[in-house]
Amino acid sequence: MVFPWQRARALRHAGVLGMNQRNGDFIARVNPRRLYPLVDDKVRCKTLAQAAGIHVPELYGVVHTQHDVVRLPALLGERKDFVVKPVNGSGGNGVLVIVGQRRGRYRKASGALLTEDELEHHVSNTVSGLYSLGGQPDAAMIEYRVKIDTVFEPISHQGVPDLRTVVYRGYPVLAMVRLPTALSDGKANLHQGAIGAGIDIARGVTGRGVWRNEVIDEHLDTGNPISGVQVPQWDTLLELAARCYDISGLGYLGVDFVLDRDFGPLMLEMNARPGLNIQIANQTGLLPRLATVDALGRDGASVAERLAFAKEHFGRG
Amino acid sequence: MRNRHLLILCLLLVAAGGSLFLYKWLDLGVPVRAENAIGAWTVEARVRFAARSGRPVKVRLAVPLDPPGFSLLDETFVSSGYGLSTATRDGDREALWAVRRARGEQELYYQAVVSPGAERAASSSRPPSVQAPEFSDAEAVVVQTLVDQVRAHSADIATFTAETLRRLGAPDNSDMDLLLAGDRSAQRRAEIAATILATANIAARPVYGFLLAKEGRHLPLLTALEAHNGERWVWFDPQTGAQGRPQDFLVWSRGKPPLRDSDGARNVRLEFSAAENTYEALAAARQRAAERGSLALKFSLLSLPVQMQMVYRVMLTMPVGALIIVLLRNVVGIKAFGTFAPILIALAFRETKLLNGILLFTGIVALGLGARFYMERLKLLLVPRLASVLTVVVLMMAALSVVTFQLGIGAGLSVALFPMVILTMTIERMSIGWEEAGTREALQQAGGSLLAASLAYLVMTERQVQHLVFMFPELLLIVLAITLALGRYTGYRLTELKRFRALAG
Repeated sequence: MVFPWQRARALRHAGVLGMNQRNGDFIARVNPRRLYPLVDDKVRCKTLAQAAGIHVPELYGVVHTQHDVVRLPALLGERKDFVVKPVNGSGGNGVLVIVGQRRGRYRKASGALLTEDELEHHVSNTVSGLYSLGGQPDAAMIEYRVKIDTVFEPISHQGVPDLRTVVYRGYPVLAMVRLPTALSDGKANLHQGAIGAGIDIARGVTGRGVWRNEVIDEHLDTGNPISGVQVPQWDTLLELAARCYDISGLGYLGVDFVLDRDFGPLMLEMNARPGLNIQIANQTGLLPRLATVDALGRDGASVAERLAFAKEHFGRG
Repeated sequence: MRNRHLLILCLLLVAAGGSLFLYKWLDLGVPVRAENAIGAWTVEARVRFAARSGRPVKVRLAVPLDPPGFSLLDETFVSSGYGLSTATRDGDREALWAVRRARGEQELYYQAVVSPGAERAASSSRPPSVQAPEFSDAEAVVVQTLVDQVRAHSADIATFTAETLRRLGAPDNSDMDLLLAGDRSAQRRAEIAATILATANIAARPVYGFLLAKEGRHLPLLTALEAHNGERWVWFDPQTGAQGRPQDFLVWSRGKPPLRDSDGARNVRLEFSAAENTYEALAAARQRAAERGSLALKFSLLSLPVQMQMVYRVMLTMPVGALIIVLLRNVVGIKAFGTFAPILIALAFRETKLLNGILLFTGIVALGLGARFYMERLKLLLVPRLASVLTVVVLMMAALSVVTFQLGIGAGLSVALFPMVILTMTIERMSIGWEEAGTREALQQAGGSLLAASLAYLVMTERQVQHLVFMFPELLLIVLAITLALGRYTGYRLTELKRFRALAG
């Protein structure tokens, strides 16, 4: 029998960051509220990143009103595959990935077919605010569907893994890759059933995976080993993630990248309230690393300095 | 720095709230225990009307006089700008409000504090003289036949009265329908019975009042019948013919309904409300406060009209409910739909009681989800879909009420205030959650909402809690201090202990 306070002490000892502390001690302190719209609005976030020379998936168009929904076919044109996202969505809700078309129907990553009507319904729901933060009216963006990099093919199911890095005051502190599973319907969100695997900040090599609080070594669907995979262009990825701090101004930031087979690292989104599951995926707590940055880090350090600092302190050795 | 600032603020709040509380409790002797406080009732009559502009207004209202089984401790007339006089005649008292000119919507209050006393034996009295009532020809024939039949089946005034009431209550009798003019209410029966008894030269009168068993606004006016048996007045229930006054029945007026007449007023409405009162212990406290010139009680919630007091009795418990939600969310870490939706559900449970409320909530949400999943196939726009689900929810509630009422099990199932919109939003979010995050997550959140609502309900309806926040609203400053302090709680949530258990090794 473990008493709650014993467990709490063990977690404190392991340096695990809890939701209350994340909100109270970090987000409230280093993320000014006025900057939230920059990252919550995915279109603005995209423009911001592009202006800074960070590549993003190409935006095909945005549906702002119910009225525009009927113009969807015109907007899509000849494109056979694309992704629909709520502009102000959170947690991966409302993301619809279309991988192809067959006999006038749209095919989802899972193979299920959608009629034109069903696609328009989804877009209309999104515009009504079904998936937006707080339920306000929203808009739906339609963008390039990222093609999976060959490195990740053996360890993902019907989707593209994404690379999440938590950047604290400009220093990358923790990173993971999220691998879609059959259960997650091709989406890379842990609470929807994707697998999380920690990444060694220094070398960019994956560690063991975690699925729903269980530590696993093989992908559930493909059976291939998860750990020991070298993420291509890791140094570039880490540098881009660190630069996101400079363009967003958010001190506690989650940055999501994907690796495209043709275009390389593309920034998907930034998150002002990144989740805590990254700790489970890495089997390590965030607090010691955040404390290291607070103690030794320097405001105004260059990107190169910050990367060197992160590799020195946060590598697995 | 921030923490010290907050600490000082919290300490100040606790000190302010705590010291006022201690002063009122220890020094002025305001009762802290709910049990010490019961026994007296504040009953309020509120007359509202629109004045015909510029014309003199007169309103006459019956007010209690020596109600049997109760003693009248105190009474107040609230009527700014109105002249007031009272007149007593034949055991009946009337207040007359008058004003030369009035404009717009007017409100008059009468407030009485009564406490139940020992049942005194009704003193013997002489019966008043009886005036023969006037009936139309058809009615006179029916009444005469009825009186003859009743006389043959009765032995004295008591049995005569009971038999008359019994026959008046006979279903599907066209003669009785003629007399009652199709209105089978207790009031109509008592009034007609009184006139029928007058034909037989028996003094009888309808009696109007309330059952003081439950606090409430909009108290229903009840009617009974009194007949004079030659020595004293005997009480009859007009529906059953049973004798004897129910213990909680407060007699408000006799002979005629409370609202007597009005001049220069349109759309006159009369409403009664009753609240349990802490009169005796509080009167002593007020006395002490007045002697020392203390304002602590002069400006208390008890100085408000009873209707408003009733609202505050509920409203003041809401911060306590909100504190429960804060604890459940930030310290325990349960998931629920909406931030304060559980409080609204808890308020609805007040009407239905806990078990019925949970069954009703679960039932409606389950049925609503069925409707929602069906509508998913129709591909509707969001807002029309929500409106459709709302309509279905309202219809289901109506159907449920009718069915349970017909089956005779719905008497206590008052659903009037159940928050349909909250239910609709719960259904919508649950169905989305169902598809997005899976059945488990959706059920977890629904269960969390229900748990939070139930806990909030239990605390918010606890008598002692209600009493404390109402008599000592300053305690809410302490609640505020706790809530503020929890706003800086950065420890783990209980559920996180489980969530991160893999890292505890």
